[in-house]
Amino acid sequence: MPSIPTFNPASTLAQPIAHLFLVLGIVMMSILLLVTALVLYVCFRFRQRPGTSEPRQNFGREGMEIAWTVAPLLLLAYIFTITVHAMHGADPGISADRQPDMVIVGHQWWWEARYTNTNVVAANEIHIPVGKPFLVRLESADVIHDWWVPQLGRKMDAIPGDPNDFWLEADSPGIYLGTCAEFCGAEHAWMRIRVSAESDAEYERWSAHQLEIPPQPVAGDAALGAVLFEQLTCANCHTISGTSAKGKIGPDLTHLAERQTLAAGVLENTPSNLERWLSDPQAVKPGIHMPNFEMTGDQVRDLTAFLEALR
Amino acid sequence: MSDAPYIPGTSDVSIVRDIDARSGLLSWLSTVDHKRIGIMYLLLSLVFFAAGGIEALLMRIQLARPNLNFLSPDTFNQIFTMHGTTMIFLVAMPVLTGMANYLVPLMIGANEVAFPRLNALSLWLLAFGGLLLYFSFIAGGAPAAGWFNYAPLSERPYSPTTGVDYYALSLVILGIASIVAAINLIVTISKFRAPGLSIRRLPLYVWMVLVTQVLILLALPALNASLAMLLVDRLLNGNFFVPLGGGSAVLWQHFFWAFGHPEVYIVVLPAFGIISEVIPVFSGKVIFGYEFVAASTVAIAVLSFLVWAHHMFAVGLGHPVDLMFAVGSMLIAVPTGVKIFNWIATMWGGSIRFTTSMLFAVGFLVMFTIGGLSGVSFAAFPIDWQVTDTYYLVAHIHYVLFGGTIFAVFAGLYYWFPKMSGRMLSETLGKWHFWLMLIGFNVTFFDQHFLGLMGMTRRTFTYPDLPGWAVLNLISSIGAIVMGLAVVVFLWNIVASLLHGEIAGDNPWNAWTLEWATSSPPPPDNFKRLPPVRSRRPLWDLSHPDNPDWKYGR
Repeated sequence: MPSIPTFNPASTLAQPIAHLFLVLGIVMMSILLLVTALVLYVCFRFRQRPGTSEPRQNFGREGMEIAWTVAPLLLLAYIFTITVHAMHGADPGISADRQPDMVIVGHQWWWEARYTNTNVVAANEIHIPVGKPFLVRLESADVIHDWWVPQLGRKMDAIPGDPNDFWLEADSPGIYLGTCAEFCGAEHAWMRIRVSAESDAEYERWSAHQLEIPPQPVAGDAALGAVLFEQLTCANCHTISGTSAKGKIGPDLTHLAERQTLAAGVLENTPSNLERWLSDPQAVKPGIHMPNFEMTGDQVRDLTAFLEALR
Repeated sequence: MSDAPYIPGTSDVSIVRDIDARSGLLSWLSTVDHKRIGIMYLLLSLVFFAAGGIEALLMRIQLARPNLNFLSPDTFNQIFTMHGTTMIFLVAMPVLTGMANYLVPLMIGANEVAFPRLNALSLWLLAFGGLLLYFSFIAGGAPAAGWFNYAPLSERPYSPTTGVDYYALSLVILGIASIVAAINLIVTISKFRAPGLSIRRLPLYVWMVLVTQVLILLALPALNASLAMLLVDRLLNGNFFVPLGGGSAVLWQHFFWAFGHPEVYIVVLPAFGIISEVIPVFSGKVIFGYEFVAASTVAIAVLSFLVWAHHMFAVGLGHPVDLMFAVGSMLIAVPTGVKIFNWIATMWGGSIRFTTSMLFAVGFLVMFTIGGLSGVSFAAFPIDWQVTDTYYLVAHIHYVLFGGTIFAVFAGLYYWFPKMSGRMLSETLGKWHFWLMLIGFNVTFFDQHFLGLMGMTRRTFTYPDLPGWAVLNLISSIGAIVMGLAVVVFLWNIVASLLHGEIAGDNPWNAWTLEWATSSPPPPDNFKRLPPVRSRRPLWDLSHPDNPDWKYGR
């Protein structure tokens, strides 16, 4: 069932939860069927029929009360034990001296990922090597957000002033979709996550490439766009390595052209969509902190050419 | 029982009579009669139910297809915040307080509540608080931080309009109204019971109302205190919940849920009480295991203060804390299950009359069981780590609060409407109402379980067109429209029945508790005389002189 990610785990951390849910689901369904069957039986069997005499009054039976108190208690004791088991599997302990591999910061409304060992910085699209658990430190730059990639395991809140550590791991290659799960304001709906799990070699290649400085355009629309990027104050909020743009408010745009989506999942990353975005971000993602710079058509085209060359 | 009728109650009942002797709008606005106040509570909650329902329909239109622009993100966020706040504080609480106001004095054989003027105060505070909340729409925007209003999103930098201020002020006022009403009901039940009506003979509805008022008294101050702190933050530059200023964002959650989880039982226990009256009467049998139904209510109330952090499993509080709150949350399923089994045992061997009231009660049994069972899955908290804040949770709360509380309220309204108005509600329209509601409710909410499992989070104004999402959302929206139709049938039923309904008589259902021992509607001072109370079912004893309950010591 690929469209039900919670039951289609792709991580040793998500597997125990799916298993617990399956067992508990069977228990819950059985109880629901029992109660529903009892109610329907009683309704049918004991409905008022013409000429029936007044029913016998039954004030209760202590034995039955004890039975239906103790039986659920035993069942819950069992559920508790499998809960503890799943807890250890889904959220393994972290030794005190283990340093995080990655710091993920929730922003209104995008994700920033900083790889601590390599200094790679990514936004919204996060790459990890298959089968290697990453320790993630989760932080927030503003309000409470929540990291959730159902196929990879537990949710975790990103709380300002109160970082949380958790493990992130995928056991097979693929793209895993997730989203912010804690309501965080106007554009909470568009704070989506793409985790790309890849082989060691691919991951290393990606990682090394992220540290490369993108080629600087020397002529044409893209060169004009590079100038505009600095003139129009884009650089105040965004970073592009190899240029003077060092802003930290918005996503790092160094390799923007390689991302699959724009604006944390609102649009597919195509030149025409990027033009649409730059002409009026507020029309695409109303409420976002990036203002409408009211650029001319030429300016939008130049900037798009520049940004789409950032590979 | 002596011949001279002794009816417990307030000594200044003459005021009640004088005012009610007049007619017209002023007599309603100035009334201190608990019955009129109760009816006005019900009417107010009906108005807000309509408002909250329209908000729900607006959301379902926006979510019917992916990437719609029917509502802007900010408008959607205001609407869902107002929907939740309205349904909890302006519908569920007042409809239950209103019913308690009307019924408790009648069910315990009193002529009034203990403090009639205070009673009027809590009603008008409710009306004022509700208007204040809705005034925010025209004062610059409604609150848009969700009904539990997490900090720091609810702080001024992230919620710069006055919406959250209106939210906080309005809820403080509603909190005071609830506490006033709780004190009133506790004193009334403690002091004004008819001779012979010992605490062990109280109707179960009154039992559960009593326990609920204790919960209100203990839980609401936590909310009011944290709202005051939030207002200090927002208006006086305080830092209680502002991490940058040394405050704590998580603190708000602890405070809010220390109120918020007892709150769930504040709006569920009286519903249990209604079911505990309706099922026995329409089964023709005394409640099975009275003591266990009452004692399990107390157990739920105690446990309800020990489970708040199960709303916070994703906060990262650590395994020991998670485990502790998981134990409490699982335990609470036991007394709840005890009730379900006792209700079914009451029906067992009975002679069941399927009135609309009973249909809603039976619907409640199954719908509430679904909500209760999905609740256990949250207590097994690794599951909560996956499904909290998704549509699975939206489905869960609606199975508890709509399939539970609101179904029970409908059961209660069909049951007691004849007492309140003197006329029967139409059973034909009632059955339309029930079946449309049952089908519409399940079509709307059952599929939301799957949406949650498929990864759809709550509180998003739209969603990407991922496989299966669009069709399930469309089905859910169609269900919501069916529910809307059911409510229209209900409103039509009320109006038509008030005008042309069959005359009810004192005791149309052959019920057994004291409210059926007076005329329908009751006179301003409730009773001309009270029957002797020698058991839990005084009217049963009267009609069964050869087989009264008191023979069995009940």
